[in-house]
Amino acid sequence: MKVVGLTGNDAVAEAMRQIDPDVCAAYPITPQTELMEKFAQFVSDGLVKTELVLAESEHSAMSACIGASAAGARVMTATSANGLALMWEMLYIAASLRCPIVMSVVNRALSGPINIHCDHSDSMGARDAGWIHLFSENSQEAYDNTVQAVRIAENHDVFSPVMVTLDGFIISHTLERVEILDDAQVKKFVGEFVPRYPLLDTKNPITWGPLDFHDFYFEHKRGQIEALVKAHGIVQSVGKEYEALSGRHFDYFEPYRMEDAEIAVVALGSAAGTARGVVDELREKGRRVGLIKFRVFRPFPRKEIAQALKSLKALAVMDRSYSFGAYGGPVFAEIRSACYGTGLNIPVVNYIYGLGGRDTTFEEIRRLYEEMEEVASSGKRPEEIRFLNVRE
Amino acid sequence: MSQKEPGWKELPIGGVIEKAGNAEKYETGSWRTNRPILDKSKCSSCLLCWIFCPDSSIIVKDGKVVGIDLEHCKGCGICAHECPLKDKAITMQLESECELP
Repeated sequence: MKVVGLTGNDAVAEAMRQIDPDVCAAYPITPQTELMEKFAQFVSDGLVKTELVLAESEHSAMSACIGASAAGARVMTATSANGLALMWEMLYIAASLRCPIVMSVVNRALSGPINIHCDHSDSMGARDAGWIHLFSENSQEAYDNTVQAVRIAENHDVFSPVMVTLDGFIISHTLERVEILDDAQVKKFVGEFVPRYPLLDTKNPITWGPLDFHDFYFEHKRGQIEALVKAHGIVQSVGKEYEALSGRHFDYFEPYRMEDAEIAVVALGSAAGTARGVVDELREKGRRVGLIKFRVFRPFPRKEIAQALKSLKALAVMDRSYSFGAYGGPVFAEIRSACYGTGLNIPVVNYIYGLGGRDTTFEEIRRLYEEMEEVASSGKRPEEIRFLNVRE
Repeated sequence: MSQKEPGWKELPIGGVIEKAGNAEKYETGSWRTNRPILDKSKCSSCLLCWIFCPDSSIIVKDGKVVGIDLEHCKGCGICAHECPLKDKAITMQLESECELP
């Protein structure tokens, strides 16, 4: 293990160097980030054996990833924002063909209006594509999630693609202290990729991607649903194994100072780091507040989250994207749904924040906690959809 | 659906078919609007139709064209177009005007 100063982009590129995937197909121009530029440097310096395919579009990049994965290769890639949007069709195909591709998504706003800064509208829009979604709070977690993602994706019960997200600029471009495992440790942890139906196995010719109509499609989808059900347990067991290696704990989410908390905030990505600081400050003043830092958004840990909330008087859910026409953002909708039928009937307020990279400060999250204390003490049904720091 | 077909737990993942060369089992003949009619008395078995057929639907036996696989022929008409004879050995006829195969 060594301690280094790395940006989020550097940290993921470093994880990719250590994983040394067989194939990486990526689009080399904006909205691609420095993450891939850094990895391309590793390829040209001969530090990895990876076949780097620079495609003419993100759609082609994901298509090439699918082809390589079908051939039997361990495949990784990275994208961001509108690049992810251009991959849309192929995201579903990667998942339905059960290609265990690992992809970093540097979370940035989807245009329009044109914007390149952080929010979660890109990956949240892809939440139903059949990918596992791991969110990262900082560069360290982006690194750790990337290494674990390989094992989660390639588990034979799961065999599904994984997205590892990190907040654009806030994490991707910020230099932080990161603990890097030894190359040999990562190599051993990820192990050899064992494909299930490699097309290059010419002794056992098979058919990939055939027409699948009303007589079989539904059964294949049912199987795909099961893959993410299975992923639920696998995410946790891989997390435990990685904890033994790294000393850092990994689960579906991380409860922070939740022991006797009455008010809590659910946050994912870098905002969780800010909220952690606010919790510490308010706790010093004797306030019973906590934080749930979400990590695994797909598969959604429905039972575990409802259990974690059961002693609260009020909950705020922070969403860095919106589902237009729906009631609130995607994290809010999932959590409220998870509470239904569990006997939990506390006020849940959705705070939409940080769209298009708007800063979300310590002061704003402190105000959010204070508003939630008012919600808890008033006993009235609160205004449930709120916007943090938007001009009226 | 028929209970004879396998359930989702029995199927290979990702829609994979564990055997190659299975397109033959998928019958596409019902897509056809025009049917190729082979007149064996005119045919010289030059095999141009066999070369050009995009669906392997020209049946050849011992080097002779012996018929057309109507379970797979989609009726594209390439065989009739490519037949080099002035008095074509393959002509296309509307399905509605044909007898049932």
